[in-house]
Amino acid sequence: MFGFLVRRVLAVIPVMAVVGLFVFSLLSLAPGDPAALIAGDQASPADIERIRASLGLDRPFLVRFGEWAWRILHGDLGTSIFTNLPVTTMIGQRVQPTVSLMLVTLIFAVLVAVPLGVVAAWKAGRLVDRLVMGAAVLGFSVPVFVVGYLLAYVFALELGWLPAQGYTPIEQGVGPWLANLVLPALTLGLVYIALIARVTRATMLDVLQQDYVRTARAKGVAQGSVLFVHALKNAAVPIVTVIGIGIALLIGGAVVTETVFAIPGLGRLTVDAILRRDYPVIQGVVLLFSFTYVLVNLAIDLLYTLIDPRIRY
Amino acid sequence: MPDLKESALLSVENLQVHFRTPDGVNRAVDGVSFSIQSGETLAIVGESGCGKSVTSMSILRLLPEPPARLAGAIRFEGRDLLSLPEREMRRIRGNAISVIFQEPMTSLNPVLSVGRQIGETLRLHQGLSRKDAEERAVEMLALVGIPEPRRRVREYPHQLSGGMRQRVMIAIALACSPKLLIADEPTTALDVTIQAQILDLMRDLKRRVGAAIMLITHDLGVVAEVADRVVVMYAGRKVEEAAVRDLFRTPRHPYTRGLMGAVPRLGAAERPGAPQRLAEIPGMVPSLKTRIDGCVFAGRCPSVTDLCRSHAPALEPKAPGHLAACHYAPKDALAA
Repeated sequence: MFGFLVRRVLAVIPVMAVVGLFVFSLLSLAPGDPAALIAGDQASPADIERIRASLGLDRPFLVRFGEWAWRILHGDLGTSIFTNLPVTTMIGQRVQPTVSLMLVTLIFAVLVAVPLGVVAAWKAGRLVDRLVMGAAVLGFSVPVFVVGYLLAYVFALELGWLPAQGYTPIEQGVGPWLANLVLPALTLGLVYIALIARVTRATMLDVLQQDYVRTARAKGVAQGSVLFVHALKNAAVPIVTVIGIGIALLIGGAVVTETVFAIPGLGRLTVDAILRRDYPVIQGVVLLFSFTYVLVNLAIDLLYTLIDPRIRY
Repeated sequence: MPDLKESALLSVENLQVHFRTPDGVNRAVDGVSFSIQSGETLAIVGESGCGKSVTSMSILRLLPEPPARLAGAIRFEGRDLLSLPEREMRRIRGNAISVIFQEPMTSLNPVLSVGRQIGETLRLHQGLSRKDAEERAVEMLALVGIPEPRRRVREYPHQLSGGMRQRVMIAIALACSPKLLIADEPTTALDVTIQAQILDLMRDLKRRVGAAIMLITHDLGVVAEVADRVVVMYAGRKVEEAAVRDLFRTPRHPYTRGLMGAVPRLGAAERPGAPQRLAEIPGMVPSLKTRIDGCVFAGRCPSVTDLCRSHAPALEPKAPGHLAACHYAPKDALAA
C-alpha cells in the first residue's frame, strides 16, 4: 500500500511535466505577439525587438521552457505582463471565490444527484425514474449561461430572494457568503448533477440485480438500508470516478458561471488574461487547474481502496 | 393429514404465483400445498423451472410484486404471511425464517466484512450493539467450523473459498436461531467433498438449533441423505409427496420414477440387459404460459392415455402419508 502511494505520487511528476510543456508551447504557438502588444501602435520594429529581448522571447524555445519550469518549481509563476503583479499574488486574490463555488457545487450536487440516481434505479421504469431521467437530459442540454441568466432573473430580479451578482468573502459571515453562492452553484451544478445521477442510476440498476441484495432483503434489512448501504457501497466506485472526472466540467463551467454572476474568481481572471494575452497569468491559471485535476484523480485512486476491499495495490 | 396442519410450523395452502409477462401469464406455481412440522426436514425436488425456488421466495415474500401475483395462504405459526404488513414481514426475515442461497460466490456482499454481515441480523433482530454483534459473529464462525474465526471475522468474502463462504451464509442464516431454515440448493455450487461437509454441518446444526429445514434441491442424493419427507414438483404443481423412505422404495408418480432413473448408479451399465445410457425423461417441461387441462406430465409420460390428456388427476393418497397425482399410480388398499 505504501509502495503504491509513493509510486502513484511520483507518477504525478511526468504528468505535470507534459502538462507544463503543453501549456508553454500552446502559448508560444498562439497568434499574437506580446512584445508588439506591449510596445503599442506607435512602436518601431527596433522597439518591439528590444522589448522582446527584455522579455526573453528571442531565445530558443527549450531554453525558455527550461528556465520557466525551473522558476515554477521554485514557486515563481512569473509576473503579469499587464498588471506587473506576481502571478501567484493575482491567483491568491482570486482563489477563494472559485474554491468556494466549486466546493459548494460539489457538495450540493453529490447530495442531490446520488439519492436521485438511487431512487430512479429503485423505481426503474416508474414515474419517478422517468421524471429524474427527463430532468437529467434537460440538465445536459441547456447551456450554463442560459440557466444562469434564467435563475438570476427568476430568483434575484423577480422574487428578490437572493443576490443576482457578486461575491461576499466567507470572513464576512457564512450566511451572506452562501446566499451569493446558491444561484451560481445551482447553475454550475446542473450538468454535474445530471451526469452523476445518470451514472448512479445505471450502476445501481446493475447492483440491485445482484444476489447479495437479495441476501440483504432475506436478512430483514429495511429498504433504505438495502439501497444506501448494501447496494450503494457496491456502486460507489463508478460514482466516485464520475464525480472526479466531473471536476473538469466544474472548472470549465466556473469560467462561464463567474462571468454570468460577476464573481471575481479564477475563471474571470482566466478570461481577462486571455483577452489581454497576459501569457504568464494564463500559464499560471492553466497549470493550477491541471494540477488540481491531477490531485483529484490521485485522491480518487486512493479512495477506491477505502470503498472496495478487493482493490489493493 | 388435516390434523397435522393445525400444529404445523409452516403450512402453504393452495399457493399460486403468477408472473405477468409481455407474452402472457406465467403460472410459475399453480396451487401447491404442503406443510412443515417443527424440527422436520422437508425436501422439495424437481427440475429447474418447476417452481421450487419461487415457492421458497414467496414464503419470505421476496418476489417483486408486480410482476408476481401471489394467491393462497402461507401460514407460519398461525399467521398468514401473505397478508402481513411489510414491517412485520421484515421482522420475520432472517429471524424466524432465514435462507441459505445457492450461490455462495455471489450471495455475500463483497464490500462488507464477514463479521458485519453476520452481525447485521443480530443487530437488526436482537438489538445487539456493534461490539456484541461482532463477538457473536466470531462464535457463529467457530460454530460453522471456520478456523481462526477471530481473524476471519474481519475479512471480506473474496478472501474466502466457496465452501467457507457457504459456511458464512449458514452462519448468517442461523445467527438468530430461526425456526425455519430455507436452504435453496445449498450445495449445488460446491465441490463434492465440500458438499458432504456442508450437509454434515447442516444436519449437525439442525440438531443443535432445532430448526425445521425446507431443502430445495434437484439432487436426489442429497434428499436421501438429509430429508424426512419429500415433495416432488413438476411444472408448478406438486405431483407427489411421501416420507423419504417410501418415496425411494415405491415412487408412485411416473415423473418421480423418471427422476430416479436419471440418477447414475455405479455398476448399473455392466449388468446384463441394462440400458447402456443414463435414462432420461424424454421431452420438455410444458410452457407455463398455457393452461393445461389434463395431467401436466402427459406430454412426457411413458404410459400416457387419453384420460391423462383430458382430465387432470387429483392429488390423492395412494398409501398412508403418500400422495400422488396420477390416474394410474399404484394404490394400496389401506389408503382408500
